[in-house]
Parts: sequence; C-alpha cells; structure tokens
Amino acid sequence: MMQILAIDPLLTGKLLWTPLLIVLLKVVVVFVVGLLATMLMVWFERKVIAGMQNRIGPNKAGPFGILQTLADGIKLFFKEDLIPERSDRFVFKLAPYLAFVPAFLTFAIIPLGGDFRGGNDGLVTWFGHQTRVQLADPPIGILFALAISSIAIYGIMLAGWSSGSKYPLLGSVRASAQMVSYEAALGLSVAAVVLVTGTLSTSGIVARQSTLANWNVVVTGIIPFFIFMVAATAELNRPPFDLVEAEQELVGGFNTEYASLRFALFYLAEFMNTVTMSALIVTLFFGGPQPISVGSTTIDIPIIGNALEGTVWLLLKVLVFLYIYVWFRATLPRFRYDQLMNLGWKVLIPASLGWFILLAAQRVGQSAGWDRYVVTIATALVLLVSYGLLMLAQRTSTNERKRDGVMF
Amino acid sequence: MELFVFVCAAAMVLVGAVGVITRNNPVHAALSLVLTLFGIAVLFVANNAHFLAAVQVIVYAGAIVVLFLFVIMLLGVDQAEDLSTEPLTAQRPLALVVGIGVAGVIIAAIVKSQDALLVRGTGINSATPEDADANIRQLSRSIFSDYVFAFEVTSVLLLIAVVGTVVMSRRQRGQHVEESA
Repeated sequence: MMQILAIDPLLTGKLLWTPLLIVLLKVVVVFVVGLLATMLMVWFERKVIAGMQNRIGPNKAGPFGILQTLADGIKLFFKEDLIPERSDRFVFKLAPYLAFVPAFLTFAIIPLGGDFRGGNDGLVTWFGHQTRVQLADPPIGILFALAISSIAIYGIMLAGWSSGSKYPLLGSVRASAQMVSYEAALGLSVAAVVLVTGTLSTSGIVARQSTLANWNVVVTGIIPFFIFMVAATAELNRPPFDLVEAEQELVGGFNTEYASLRFALFYLAEFMNTVTMSALIVTLFFGGPQPISVGSTTIDIPIIGNALEGTVWLLLKVLVFLYIYVWFRATLPRFRYDQLMNLGWKVLIPASLGWFILLAAQRVGQSAGWDRYVVTIATALVLLVSYGLLMLAQRTSTNERKRDGVMF
Repeated sequence: MELFVFVCAAAMVLVGAVGVITRNNPVHAALSLVLTLFGIAVLFVANNAHFLAAVQVIVYAGAIVVLFLFVIMLLGVDQAEDLSTEPLTAQRPLALVVGIGVAGVIIAAIVKSQDALLVRGTGINSATPEDADANIRQLSRSIFSDYVFAFEVTSVLLLIAVVGTVVMSRRQRGQHVEESA
C-alpha cells in the first residue's frame, strides 16, 4: 500500500512519526529551494542578458541587484487584482494554479544530491532512516515528468481562453499546438535514455551514469540530447520558440489580461519550469549529482562530504544549462509559426524515432550476437530509405497544394 | 487508507462524469472529463498499476482532452449550447434506451460474476524497492509477446483512421475552381 507514494526505503514498513517528519521537511525544503532558485534565475537571466547587450541590468535592490525579483514580487503582490468583464471567472482564477503547480511537481522527482559514486545507490541516512535526497522517487520515474509536462499545457490554454479576448486566445491556441507537437519528440528522446539505462526511475538513471563514458549523452549518441534540448526549449515556450508571447503579433500572449498575483504565478511558473527542465536534462543526460570522473579518476571536491558534493555537482551542471537558455534568448531570433511546426513534425519526430530504432536494433543485435557494424549499417540503410520516402511524400504533397492554390 | 483513496477517487470520477453531461459550456464539460480521467489514474495507482496511471495522464488528460479543447477553441463553439432545439428528434429516446441497456448489461455482469469480484487479483507484480520496474516489464511482456497481434492490429486501425481523415479532408483537384466561380 505504501508504494503508492514512492519507491523509497523510507516509506516501506510501518508508518512512523520520524519518516513522516522527514518527508514533511523534504517537502518544505524542496518548495523553498524551488522558489529561491526561481527568484535567482529571474535575476540571473536579467543580469546575464544585460551583460550580453552591454547594459547594466538590475543593480539597485541588494548587492548586484540580487533582490530585484523580491522587489518585483512585492510590487505585483500589492497591485490591483483585475478580472475582465467577459472572462470565465472560475477558469480565469484556476488557470494560474494549473500553470504553477505542475512546475513544482516535476521538481519533486529530481535527485538533488546523495552519494552515487562507486556503486552506491544514492541513499543517505537521516535520523536513523535511509532515504534519498529527492522528494519522491515514484516507480514510473521519468514518466511522471512527461505526465506533468503534458498537464502544464492546461494552465496556458485555459488562461488564454478564459480571458474572453481574441489575442490571449490566439496565444494559447498557438501554445497548446506547439506543446502537444513537441511533446512527442520530447517523449521519444526520453525513451532513448530509458532504453539504454533500462529503468524509469530517476535515481536509477543517475546511478548508471558513473563515469564520463557512461553518461547518457555519450551512451545514447548525443542526438537524443540535442532533440531533447530543442523540444524542451519549445515545451518551455522560451526563445527562439516563444511564439506564445510574440508581442508584435499578440500584444502580450496568453497572459495579456492577467495582473498582480495571478500574473506573478505565471511568471514564476515559467522560470521554475526553466530550472526544472535544466535539472531534468542534467539528470537524464549528464549524470545528475554524479561527479565528473574519467575512468577511475574522479574529480573530488575536498572537505565537503560525498553526499553533499552531489548537490554541488548538480548545481554546477544545472547552472551551465541555465546559462545556455539565457544565451539562446540573447542570440536567436524567433521562429515563424510554420517553421516551428515543420521543425517539430518533419525533423525532430522522425529523427528521434529513427535514432530510437537504431539504438533498439543495436541492443537486439548485441543480445543475439550479430556483428555490430552490419546491424548499424543495415539499420541506417532502412532509415535512409524511410527518410527518402518521407521526403518524397512531402514533396508530392507540397506540389499538389501548390497546384490547388492552397499554398504559394 | 485503501478505502479512503477509493472513495475520494470514485467521487472524483463520478463528479467529473456528471459534470461532462450536465455542464452547458463545452470547455467546462471537457474540464470535467479531465477530472474523471485523473480519478481513474488514481484508481490505477491504488491498484499498483503505476504505468497505466502514467499513460492515462499522458495520453488522455495530456493529449486527447487537450485536442478536444483545441478544437473547441479553434472552432469557437465555446458559447453555451442552446439545448431547446433538437437537430435529430429521435436521438434522446434512443440515447435513453441505449443508456438503460448498457447499465443493465453492466449490472448483469456484476451480479453474474459476484464470486470472482470478491477474490483479490494476484496477477500484477507490484513495484518493490529492489525491482522498481516489475510492473512495466510484466505489462510489456504481455503486450509484445502474448497479445502482439491484437496490439499491432489496433495500431493499423489507428493508422487507417488517420489516413482516412487526410483523404476525406482533401479537396478534389480543381474543385475549388468551380466553388469560387
């Protein structure tokens, strides 16, 4: 019965007070860390982007302007709460929470630390109880993240619809189409990781990436990582895929009609999702809290204990990806809508599916004892032929549309 | 604990299901459907079928209802429907007959298999701390070995549906010229 909650040694056996308190403590810590991370991420993004654009950025509130987000938050908190006349009141009030809650839920399954090196499975002992440094380790593991990211669409979609105005509606229709399209590519690249690690559990995925050569980015052959990165950026509605809030076309996007605390929740959810997605990338492809180690030499941070060191490594790795996301925003211009859809459906999904088949064929060949190169070449040939057929179909359809005058 | 989870989840399912048919606004009805699907997912988890619960949320709540909402919003049919006019006059009595029939069949099935319901199911290997993926492994074994034919036939059926939709929604060549003339 207790396995409803998680596959965590803490929760097997009788339910006592200490485990319950540890879980409560974890919930509070994860929530606070999530909020703080979001706050710092907003500041980090504004500061870095200011640097890239030769500006100073926030510098008034606190040292280096680090309290700017707090000041903005307090301002939003005290602003007037507006509900448009033509809105659907209940859904309008519900939507910000539907965006905000999933953002936090995904954070719950990310291993935030623990000692995974040397065959350890990341268990730590707190107050005489063994547990993991993550809020929950459900048996469905990474599928939970996919489920939550598909739920996150509702917040944006309903926000746009319930505003009772055309521009937010257009923004939310774009958003939902975009997120549903890219979810397939996201899921297929996750499937590649699950295929090579053989487990769904996030702590299991981390435990198998002990050395640099075992990191999934290497084991899966880098392509799933790229696809995941692009699909995740689209899923987050961040530049260059931020058509949801293309100001030039849509005024402000799905959240045009929102003000004060409800707007703050959307804003928070957006940045929280960025942090979570970076942590997810690190967990899936870059060993999560595992230290960088080549062969048998491990880069060890002195003084700090191994379990805490995991947290430091995770933080460093996540920072790299957060920086990359900011960098994307400063560098890349926004996609056009048809380009976005073409990239999603005609490039990313076939590529991730093909790569998945290649990896699966490798594994089947390995267990059947076939020659590795023959398997690879045969699979590649089949995939090439399939890709050729796909291109042919696309060309035919484009020609027909042109002839019909549907497309110019 | 188990009873408590069941009662809560069942209440979610029922409230959602009643909401789907009683709400006038299609968007509210679709949201009620999401509530029902979540309740079913909770019931799956309570029965140790974690994978089914995840798939339930990803596929039904995350993709299918989102598409429903997408179509509702895109077509702009989100105003409350006028229920007083009836396009097909026979549909209400027919629906009543079919509904009573289905309810009768379900009740008959339950009465008939009363003994089987009391025996607790033992077929599912639940996940344990040692083997977290026992559940999913068992499910995939049966889908891809024992029932692989049925599984593939189902996917071909879906493919046919997709191709059929594309063929039907395509205009015949040159047709638009006559339309515009």
